Amino acid sequence: MKSNLGKLAVWVVASALVIGFLVVMSGRALLPAVDANPPPAAGAAGLPDLLFYALAALTVGGAAGVALSRNILWSAIGLLFALLGVGGLYVMLSADFLAIAQLLIYIGGVLTLILFAVMLTNRIADVNVSNVSAGLYGGVLIFVAVVPVLLTVALVTPWNIGALPAVAYTTEPLGNALLTRWILPFEVASLILLATLIGAIVIARKEIKAD
Amino acid sequence: MTHETHELARVAVTHVGYLWLIPLFPAVGALWNALFGWKLQKVLGKKAVHTVAVTAMFAAFAVALRAFIQMKALPAEERFLQDTLWNLLTAGRLRVDFAFALDQLSMMMVLIITFIGSLIHVFSIGYMADEPSYWRFFSYLNLFVFAMLLLVMGDNFAVMFFGWEGVGLASYLLISFWYTDREKAAAGMKAFVVNRFGDFGFLAGLFLLFWGLGGAWDSARSSVLPTYVADASRAPLAYAANAAQHAQAVPLIPVAPAPAHEAAAEGHGEAAPEHGALAEGAEGHGEAAEGHAAEAAAPAHEGHAVAAAEAEAVKVAGGPTMNFRELRDELVLNTGVKEGLLGQKFWGVSLLTLVGMLLFIGAMGKSAQLPLYVWLPDAMAGPTPVSALIHAATMVTAGVYMVARLNFVFSLSPSAMGWVALIGAITALFSASIGFFQYDIKKVLAYSTVSQLGFMFIGVGIGSYWAGVYHLLTHAFFKATLFLGSGSVILGCHHEQDMRKMGGLKKFMPITRWTYLYACIAIAGFPIANGFYSKDEILWKAFTSRHLALFGTPTPWLGPAIYVIGIIAATGTAFYMYRSYYMTFTGEYRGGEGHHATHNEDPHSAAATHKSPTSIDAQCSDGAAHVADAGAHGHGGHDAHGHAAPGHDDHSHGAAAHDEEDDAHGAHGGHHGGTPHESPWQMTIVLATLAIGSGLTLFLGIPTAWTGKAPLLEHWLEPVVVATNDVASRFSLMGGSEHANHQMELLFQGIGVAVAFIGWLAARALYKDNKHEAALTANIERFKGIWTVVYNKYFVDELYAKTVVAGSMGWARVCSWFDANVVDAIVNLAGTVTRAFSNLDAAIDKYVVDGLVNAVADGTGALGTGLRRFQTGRIQTYLYGALGGALVVVLINFLIK
Amino acid sequence: MLQVSLPHFLVVGALLFALGLVTVSTRRNAVGVLMGVELLLNAANVNFVAFNRYVIGDVSGQVFGLFVIVLAAAEAAVGLAIVLAIFQTFKTIDVREADLMRE
Repeated sequence: MKSNLGKLAVWVVASALVIGFLVVMSGRALLPAVDANPPPAAGAAGLPDLLFYALAALTVGGAAGVALSRNILWSAIGLLFALLGVGGLYVMLSADFLAIAQLLIYIGGVLTLILFAVMLTNRIADVNVSNVSAGLYGGVLIFVAVVPVLLTVALVTPWNIGALPAVAYTTEPLGNALLTRWILPFEVASLILLATLIGAIVIARKEIKAD
Repeated sequence: MTHETHELARVAVTHVGYLWLIPLFPAVGALWNALFGWKLQKVLGKKAVHTVAVTAMFAAFAVALRAFIQMKALPAEERFLQDTLWNLLTAGRLRVDFAFALDQLSMMMVLIITFIGSLIHVFSIGYMADEPSYWRFFSYLNLFVFAMLLLVMGDNFAVMFFGWEGVGLASYLLISFWYTDREKAAAGMKAFVVNRFGDFGFLAGLFLLFWGLGGAWDSARSSVLPTYVADASRAPLAYAANAAQHAQAVPLIPVAPAPAHEAAAEGHGEAAPEHGALAEGAEGHGEAAEGHAAEAAAPAHEGHAVAAAEAEAVKVAGGPTMNFRELRDELVLNTGVKEGLLGQKFWGVSLLTLVGMLLFIGAMGKSAQLPLYVWLPDAMAGPTPVSALIHAATMVTAGVYMVARLNFVFSLSPSAMGWVALIGAITALFSASIGFFQYDIKKVLAYSTVSQLGFMFIGVGIGSYWAGVYHLLTHAFFKATLFLGSGSVILGCHHEQDMRKMGGLKKFMPITRWTYLYACIAIAGFPIANGFYSKDEILWKAFTSRHLALFGTPTPWLGPAIYVIGIIAATGTAFYMYRSYYMTFTGEYRGGEGHHATHNEDPHSAAATHKSPTSIDAQCSDGAAHVADAGAHGHGGHDAHGHAAPGHDDHSHGAAAHDEEDDAHGAHGGHHGGTPHESPWQMTIVLATLAIGSGLTLFLGIPTAWTGKAPLLEHWLEPVVVATNDVASRFSLMGGSEHANHQMELLFQGIGVAVAFIGWLAARALYKDNKHEAALTANIERFKGIWTVVYNKYFVDELYAKTVVAGSMGWARVCSWFDANVVDAIVNLAGTVTRAFSNLDAAIDKYVVDGLVNAVADGTGALGTGLRRFQTGRIQTYLYGALGGALVVVLINFLIK
Repeated sequence: MLQVSLPHFLVVGALLFALGLVTVSTRRNAVGVLMGVELLLNAANVNFVAFNRYVIGDVSGQVFGLFVIVLAAAEAAVGLAIVLAIFQTFKTIDVREADLMRE
């Protein structure tokens, strides 16, 4: 009981801090900033805008599923949607190569890997046990504390938005950039991948007993 | 007496590079035998051992002869050979070298030591043939010769003192040669300890002299002096100015202990213009400043040729020195040092008198003078060749040599001279009287030696240094002959030393007998042997000396008084020497069973020379080789001497006898019944050589009264004993012409011969052929009291045992008590206090320090336990922290903006 | 307001980030934590690409995005390998249980 009491006290203090933080933020910093930067005049929304909202909803919804689902499998599926949505957003941002990479690597690689891990580490019947969320309240607190800040920054900051370049294929410039300006990070990345390859095998393999 | 007057000058030095060879040979021999002798003796036999030792000795003698020849070729005034090996120490103005020097005096000593030493080595071959530790004996013997050569050849006090102590060590080792015998080991210790008393005096005198010369190192004096500048002499002008300045400063500064003070004041007045600018300041400064002059003149010291060239201009500078030659130059040449020394007083006594007396105390120890003579008779416990070499011919004369060497010091103080002469005279008479009734032949000779040493000290004490040294020379010959003769007798009589068990030996050992007799003639003082010439010269000079003093009071009567004492002692000498001769060599042989009961009657006689059981064992295991050895030197006849027990050979006899009892000879009935035998040729040839030497050396001292010329030896020594010249004028009868003096001297010589006759006849009447034993016994009964006192050596040993020994034992006991009760108590108290303190400390450590440490540790642990909660290892917890921090940063960012 | 512009993408990125954060901080399942990390990386990537499109105008933002994807893949591989190793050791992948080094 005592530890529970202690925990309760911690949560109370944390909540108070977050609320206080939000109040201070909104009262002292946010509102004047919002006042100083009136939102730009709204233009007409076209089909691509609708597509954006759909993709954004897909992304955020998937992410919420990841965060909130009690079942690890559902979390994985939520992650799938979130990643798909992000890929769609890349397309909207005219990053076609990246979108394809997102599909291939994330969904085809990472997500499959995660699913394998889920399968390997859990009996499927036990998913509930293994995905117990620790203190949803804490998550809510974090969400409440972080989101307003980020949103404020995103919305209030007067971004220096230039003229939008024409939509073009990005594969060729990317390839050029990688092999010219970014050649060193590129090579380092390949080294990292190699090290990861070996490291993952070494870590995950079963110990072969000497006997 | 005619004295050529010499223009005294510096000693001219001839540097020669081979002097070090003389002591080197014995040193190498000693080392060789010490290290390899044991093995050599086992593998190659004793021949190898004594070959090394004797060769070393003869080599040393050969080099000494070479030096003698070279010295002979030089003009008389320049006969000074010097060889500096290396520097021993340099301290301020003092420089001590390891250097050898030979002048006429030490040349003579070296010749005596190497010649007689060589002969005695040869003698030892025969005498020690039975000894298992043969190699040890020869190693010690060579060591002794080495040390003795250091003593006489040393160029300064330091080297001399090395030798002085070295001979003491060798003497100790050789007296206790048969160390398994307690009595002999004790005799060695006694010699060593008694010599320590003397050495104390020697050192004290030496230091006092050094101090008197300005060698003080205490701050009060040296503060007056400018700090020593090594090359001060290179800037003489500046230096002189410096010294002059100090000369003025002196009267202002109270010089606390400076005995030089009066001298300084004196010197101030005579800051004479004839001194060079250099010397002026120094003279004015008196004693203290003379040291500067010494420095200034240091280069001159080095290059004597230069100094000699400007002899009249150069004054020898004073200053502390340990070098004999420099000391002589300082004292003899007029530099003010002499005056300075003469003026000094120490505790109210004239410094020089004190120096002389203290140095003589050293001589007393080494040369066995009253009251430190007691060790010498006991030293007879050593093997007889040792007694001959060390305790008759060489080491014991070291004191005489030292006084003669320092004649220029002693001559400055009539009191010291009187002291030396008086002690010498009393010793001569005293020990001669003890010699009257001794039965141990070696004891007789020992007391005789003490007595003769007394004569030598009379000689050097009255200032007739050459006579004292001459007596040293003659004594070395005849006393060595006597000792070696007694050794031969002892060996011939199978290690019997009691004269009552001898007798009639002239039949058996003719060579020994004749040499012994000739030596008796020499010591008794008949003109056909050397002893007469030296002894009568001494006594004559004693009678004519008027300059002696005692404790500062002139005592012109002292010379004649010493003469009277000496002449009585000479009578006694003749008596006891002939007594020993008659008892030993005439009459019937008395060795045998009948005397066993009285054999050890003499409580003081050293137990007969015998071997320890252990050494016998070793000897027996030696086996056949040794039997052959024994046969070679004449012991082979033992079986024919009537060994009763069948199967007894030499060694088992010895073993049996000594295993049971020290003097078990008698138990082996018939052993003493055996005829004594003459000694092997190695011994007799030495006896003969020494006896001939005793004869030949008389030509060195034919008196002036006979020939009108100075005796050879006196002439030879003249440059050395310069001080004799100083006092020569004192040797004359009041107002007598030279011719009258010579008549007088002849008369006194007649008296000397007459008393020798008296002694001889008395001995002859009483002891010849042992015919008057009954009468003697009756007389002994009649004068039982006196006889007992004299026979027991005036109970001096007992007196010392009661006073000095008991005193020091008592003091030791007091010290022991003090140590056990007071010191230990203090120590224990200190221990207790320390323990208590450490307990306290332990408590503090345990509770306070440890408490603190533990508190720190516990605090850290508690803190860690507390902090551990934050370190959960859970990623989420950390994330909360990171986020919280990030949010705070954001907040601050907004707020500040 | 409805016309899509840079802030819209940033808002999506912010929401993704916040949800990723929530996932990382609330999950006890190690795999869940890794999923949260993927969300965070994607949120960052969305921002990179959006800024690249609206502010910079060349491909460097996309290059960054590409590197992030590469690193995410590597991270996922290693992380999942670790998860498997932990599972083999502890028979669980609850991050609270894998605390051997804590004591």
